[in-house]
Amino acid sequence: MPESSPALQVEELRVSFLPHGTRGGCRPSIAVRGVSLAVAPRECLGIVGESGSGKTQLFLAALGLLPPRSVATGRVRFEGADILGEPPDRLNLVRGSRVSMIFQDPMTALTPHMRIGAQIAESLVHHAGASWRDAEREALRMLERVSVPEAGRRMRQYPHELSGGLRQRVTIGMSLICGPALLIADEPTTALDVTVQAQIIELLRSMRSEVGMSLVLISHDLAVVGQLAERIAVMYAGRIVECGPARQILHAPRHPYTAGLLACTPDLTRPLAARMPTLGGQPPGPAEEIRGCAFAPRCPRAAERCGVERPQLESRTSAGGAEAAVACHFPLLP
Amino acid sequence: MPLLRVEHLRVDFAARAAVADVSFDIAEGETLGLVGESGSGKSTLARAIVRLAASRGQVWWRGEDLARLDGAALRRARRELQIVFQDPLASLDPRMTAAESIAEPLRNLMPEIGAPARAERVARMLARVGLTNREGGRYPHELSGGQCQRIGIARAMISGPKLLICDEPVSSLDVSVQGQIVNLLVDLQREAGTAMLFISHNLAVVRQVSHRILVMHEGRIVESGSREQIFAAPAHPYTRALLAAVPSIP
Repeated sequence: MPESSPALQVEELRVSFLPHGTRGGCRPSIAVRGVSLAVAPRECLGIVGESGSGKTQLFLAALGLLPPRSVATGRVRFEGADILGEPPDRLNLVRGSRVSMIFQDPMTALTPHMRIGAQIAESLVHHAGASWRDAEREALRMLERVSVPEAGRRMRQYPHELSGGLRQRVTIGMSLICGPALLIADEPTTALDVTVQAQIIELLRSMRSEVGMSLVLISHDLAVVGQLAERIAVMYAGRIVECGPARQILHAPRHPYTAGLLACTPDLTRPLAARMPTLGGQPPGPAEEIRGCAFAPRCPRAAERCGVERPQLESRTSAGGAEAAVACHFPLLP
Repeated sequence: MPLLRVEHLRVDFAARAAVADVSFDIAEGETLGLVGESGSGKSTLARAIVRLAASRGQVWWRGEDLARLDGAALRRARRELQIVFQDPLASLDPRMTAAESIAEPLRNLMPEIGAPARAERVARMLARVGLTNREGGRYPHELSGGQCQRIGIARAMISGPKLLICDEPVSSLDVSVQGQIVNLLVDLQREAGTAMLFISHNLAVVRQVSHRILVMHEGRIVESGSREQIFAAPAHPYTRALLAAVPSIP
């Protein structure tokens, strides 16, 4: 596979959940309404959106991790192979080794009754056929690399004996032990204190260059994503509404939703306003049928056209060669 | 006389002091921000003030020892001292509609108000917190997190409290909704002259609402000062570390 081809490529992915029961009027919930994106080798792509925007479901679907009663269609290619809808035994050849995912709550990824060292080593034994002895030695080295203090002692401890920040360091170590090409980190710092959050962001930054992997960083917080991402995609109601170089998204957003979200993002360096900036209203529900632009009911720029005609995500290439896209009839900048 | 005076408050969990020797005052109409990270003891402190956690030390409510109030005086204090919790869905009764939840404190704490007057007050409060009559008839699971928190605030405000304790009231909400709820709290506070103890780990929100700020670390108040002082010239190393760790748009 040539170096320039993407590590992960998603085309027209749709994710829906079938309703429970068959009562009339029950409509399927649609979490992702058609998303295409590509993650380049060694790139950090930030995915920003509020709860219900589909940002998590998109990547759970890509890795075949959706719960029952869900349907994912479209195409997902990872390292050149189609993986959407593949059976678990085929997916497990790459999941946990070539591609890993970590979550907001590290306890969901850790087995409560297994020692930390064994949990990290297991992955190497399973995927690389390492002996337990070698694998545990590697696990110890990994704990040191992710800056877990007293790594030798922590190896023998159980997850409940560790703080939230240490647990997240352990899951990061676990996800990196096989040297993945891609790490998907879903709100990895949201449950952590702000001082610990800063440490985990630094850890992800250093591990990313050390391992030479691609990173997808999913968060509701633009300031957090901005710390690491080179490119940012903004999701709203199951679709990407804007995507482009991080600097452009953070300083010259074109979609009114991106601008609104930026204004609401807490930032102590900004002067104090008399009132908190807000976005009125709320996003559409997953079972709601969307006509036109999903953001139109909350948008200060919305016109009649927005209520009837859905804006397409239109890409353009800037003079510098960077690609940017926006789905808006009346973008803030041309 | 301060509205609330806390003196040498201490809460012990097993062998450890979750809150160790905390003292402060809140004046009428004032907003006191309380910041700290998880495990710092800030929520335990709130629970100890309203007697949801056993504590040592004194809590003076309008000059009277809160622990010794009984009968009519205790009922009055309950009406005047209300709390808003972090998880709006978990703190509402799932079997009550929004309007029933808002009416409940009136029913319990002010039984002298008759049904028609109560219904009228509930309707006014529903509208004031930005909910429609239709939403008033819905159950918590049918509403969004932001709407549930509006109900939580309406429930707390309907008895006309003098002090509102808000324990991480916007932490479980999306950023676009956080501002709506904070602005609502500030507006309601100004209209009614309510004082607030505003507890949060979110420094941007605390900066927005507080007149004075306490910084709590490992069960102790490590720094207190005016909002301007804390944000412009933090004195304690922990406060400085906390402020430095908040990410800003790069």
